[in-house]
Amino acid sequence: MDLKLGHYNKDGIEVVDVEGEIDVYTAPRLRELLIDLVNKNNYQLVVNMEKVEFLDSTGLGVLVGGLKRVRAHDGSLDLVCTQERILKIFRITGLTKVFGIHGTVDAAIAAKKSEN
Amino acid sequence: MATVEVAFTPLPAHVRTARLVATAVARRSGVDEALLDEVRLAVGEACSRAVEAHRRHCPAEPVRIEMTDQGERFVVVVRDSAPGPSSAPAGTPAGTPGETRAAQPANGASAPQSVPEAGDDGGMAIPAGFGLAVISGLADDVRVSSTSSGVSVQMSWPSTSTSAPA
Repeated sequence: MDLKLGHYNKDGIEVVDVEGEIDVYTAPRLRELLIDLVNKNNYQLVVNMEKVEFLDSTGLGVLVGGLKRVRAHDGSLDLVCTQERILKIFRITGLTKVFGIHGTVDAAIAAKKSEN
Repeated sequence: MATVEVAFTPLPAHVRTARLVATAVARRSGVDEALLDEVRLAVGEACSRAVEAHRRHCPAEPVRIEMTDQGERFVVVVRDSAPGPSSAPAGTPAGTPGETRAAQPANGASAPQSVPEAGDDGGMAIPAGFGLAVISGLADDVRVSSTSSGVSVQMSWPSTSTSAPA
């Protein structure tokens, strides 16, 4: 399974749907999308990873890079993920402390709105 | 002798193939289903690291993986042929396109332009060596050995093989 990307705006927050495998081959496409969204002044991002089947350190790097970019504009990048196999990677790398990780897109959006 | 050996052109697109093969051989070797995700991720990290090292230093050389069913352990060794530490300081010239052509597939033009480099300005904020850190969090036995001819990453997981070579 390759990588499928989509995005839509909900309540002023840009939601990025990611499906498939994020690895050294596919991660550049996600990186380009995140950069493009930031360049178009979207600084409140939610990356929905519920359909991600594989994530490696390259993918983590892209997410951290995205976070850096939105933070430079006082934005934030939250994740939606309930899959244990994916959460484990965030856990062993300590990135659970860096990203807001939510159970649903709606919960992520609600959390963002309560922050602002 | 390894149970299965794979050599592949150092392109990011082939790392997935390497992961799939390693996972299949691990399953066949009796590695617990619950550990297969770890095998898949660790082998992928090791191969990504090796691909990046080759693309910087020796893009015409294949990356090699040996997977061995040792009965009670399933052992994977990922070897690169990049001279010196793979995290060689910046300034080491990347291979020139002319040198890489022999190892590129016919459809090489559609391959991604570059392996992301740590610390570049493209949004990759993970430092070099992070992949190895992930591996050590996944495999309970990891040995990294660096020689003048390259780096090998050996990882192993428990297996309950009933299919040892006859």
